[in-house]
Amino acid sequence: MMQSMDVAVRCRGLRKTYEGNIEAVRGLDLEIYAGECFGLLGPNGAGKTTTIEILEGLLEPTSGEIEILGHHWHTNNREVRELMGISLQETRLAEKLTVYETLELFASFYRRPRPIAEVMAQLALTEKSDAWVGKLSGGQKQRLAVATALVANPKILFLDEPTTGLDPQSRRQLWDVIRQFQKQGGTVLLTTHYMDEAERLCDRLAIIDHGLTIAGGTPSEMIEGLGAHHRVEFDATGIVAGELEPWRALPGVGAIHEEDGRVVLSVREPHETIPALLAAIQNRHGHLLHLTTRQASLEDVFVHLTGRHLRED
Amino acid sequence: MNNQFEEDREDRNARVEGPRSDEHGSGSQVSNLDSPASAVRPIIGSRDRPIPQSPAHPITRPPGLPITGRWRSYQLLLLARLKEMYREPEVIFWVFIFPILLALGLGIAFRNKPADIIRVALVDGPGAAHAMELLRPASAAGTVKAVLLPAPEAFNQFRLGKYDLVVTPQAGGFEYLYDPARPESVLARSTTDDALQAAAGRKNSVPTSGRISSEPGARYIDFLIPGLLGMNLMNSGMWGIGFALVDLRQRKLLKRFVASPMRRSDFLLALASSRLVLMLLELALLLGFGAMAFHMHVAGSWISILTISTLGALCFGGVGLLTASRAQKIETVSGLINLVMMPMWILSGVFFSYERFPAILQPLIKALPLTALNDALRAAILEGAPLTHQSGRLLILGLWGIVCYLLALRWFRWT
Repeated sequence: MMQSMDVAVRCRGLRKTYEGNIEAVRGLDLEIYAGECFGLLGPNGAGKTTTIEILEGLLEPTSGEIEILGHHWHTNNREVRELMGISLQETRLAEKLTVYETLELFASFYRRPRPIAEVMAQLALTEKSDAWVGKLSGGQKQRLAVATALVANPKILFLDEPTTGLDPQSRRQLWDVIRQFQKQGGTVLLTTHYMDEAERLCDRLAIIDHGLTIAGGTPSEMIEGLGAHHRVEFDATGIVAGELEPWRALPGVGAIHEEDGRVVLSVREPHETIPALLAAIQNRHGHLLHLTTRQASLEDVFVHLTGRHLRED
Repeated sequence: MNNQFEEDREDRNARVEGPRSDEHGSGSQVSNLDSPASAVRPIIGSRDRPIPQSPAHPITRPPGLPITGRWRSYQLLLLARLKEMYREPEVIFWVFIFPILLALGLGIAFRNKPADIIRVALVDGPGAAHAMELLRPASAAGTVKAVLLPAPEAFNQFRLGKYDLVVTPQAGGFEYLYDPARPESVLARSTTDDALQAAAGRKNSVPTSGRISSEPGARYIDFLIPGLLGMNLMNSGMWGIGFALVDLRQRKLLKRFVASPMRRSDFLLALASSRLVLMLLELALLLGFGAMAFHMHVAGSWISILTISTLGALCFGGVGLLTASRAQKIETVSGLINLVMMPMWILSGVFFSYERFPAILQPLIKALPLTALNDALRAAILEGAPLTHQSGRLLILGLWGIVCYLLALRWFRWT
């Protein structure tokens, strides 16, 4: 999907310290290539929104350098804004304007906007053209927010948690829109705390925690980086809670941890590990109560790196 | 409804289907209640609407592309403000209906009516019958109505305000009980005294006569309408600018706007223009209502009334902008707006003349922007005073406006 290796967004040593010495971002480096979809993945409060708003020129960084398509915020503010389409987290557009009026207004801010009808069609809003924004469903409002970004005819799209709070169908619709934009040569930077979204949509990712990048790369690279990229979860009678050592000797087992009373094995080849596991349980005169295997996900990468889950409720 | 997107749960490179052609045909006119005129919405690429020819942009623009141009954003921002306002029934009520109702209510309550009959309680006892006899001519003329009551009841009813005066017959004369703080009580004392003295044979030493005047221009409603106009300009400036801005900030729409290449000056200009458009309507409505319902006579020139109103609207727009410069929540700004407006409602002579306040407060009251606006409007509307005679008041309005704009410019936060 990457069309060239030109850098669309580059930032170095990005720091943001709020009053009261809260360090939201603590020295972030990013390089986003033209034509790729880059994801900032991290739990709530990790500094994703602060980072994206600094890149959007809405927040002043405490220190650090930013370059967007070769421009700098301080010298070329208006030019950079012409190139960017933005969807902020939780913008509530004017409720008493129609979809068409809203898009017409946003289009007027740009020198080379796209035809409004085309953008409405792309986001499945044509039928709602004359409906008041206040009457739209959550998914439609979110699509309208993305439409206000796309009507700018941008080279680069910044989306802050574009699918948070949406139902699965609306999420997939937005993913399609993002891919379409990318196919036409656009660059996308999005933040999310949904690992499945990051995994399916993003060409490359940076996992952010406490204002720092803790890992980066393509989703598959990061998962493969775990070494053993399958997970075997089981529970059985006759095993001692917290006693993990016996399972380490099983063939192909990388790491072991316990989660919700179940043992989770990271394995390279499940077909080698599982028979050995069943045999080991039988030797202990235990019964298997539960057994699942799955592919490792970005969530596992995050757990591996931080010992915590992405979304802790 | 949104099935034009193929579900592709697993295959991330699945072809994305465009909208099916049968789905965005005639169905797009969902609610046509307020479909703006073609001047507002000139170019629509969808096939169900013809593309009107816009004379301003003849053939240079490919069809379907939105109109661009230096003042296009300003135009649309202004239209958006106005549409949002007229689509909000509450705004229509508070800005247009409420002042009219207020004028109507107060105009009726304080209409010029025949002087009230003076209500006198006459304490029963020796001499009471004589007093009643003396008051008979005044009673017949309808100026005084005396009622015979036992002493305790008479005093009690006076205290409760049912009677304006208590007359107690005494040896060879009368004692009046009255309240100098109640104008009708003072009037009752002197009228009753006159009636008693005249009936008892007093002769006037100087011949006097009176003429009646209740011409339009000197009635309460004439005083009230310019005051309401001033108050309305203040209200809608504060809410229309201050509240609207904080609402936009709270919705993160201000942030969304400044994330685009929108010129901030266009946005502020559109906001100010929307105020002026509204001001014209408020002005026409209130003065028109005064003229129609109460035969109010507008003495001053339209130019001077318009100039004063414009200055007033801009001044309070500035005050509104300043109030909204930092507040993040509409609750905060509502409190601030009320805090700013409340003293002026009372002090600035909206409903009654501020001359009633102690002399020591007068310079302070006259320095308030609403006082200056009300005074200037009254002078122009009722007396036809030319602008040159009002430079002091216009200066006060201008100064308030400029100082507030400058401070707001310093403190205003877009995000």
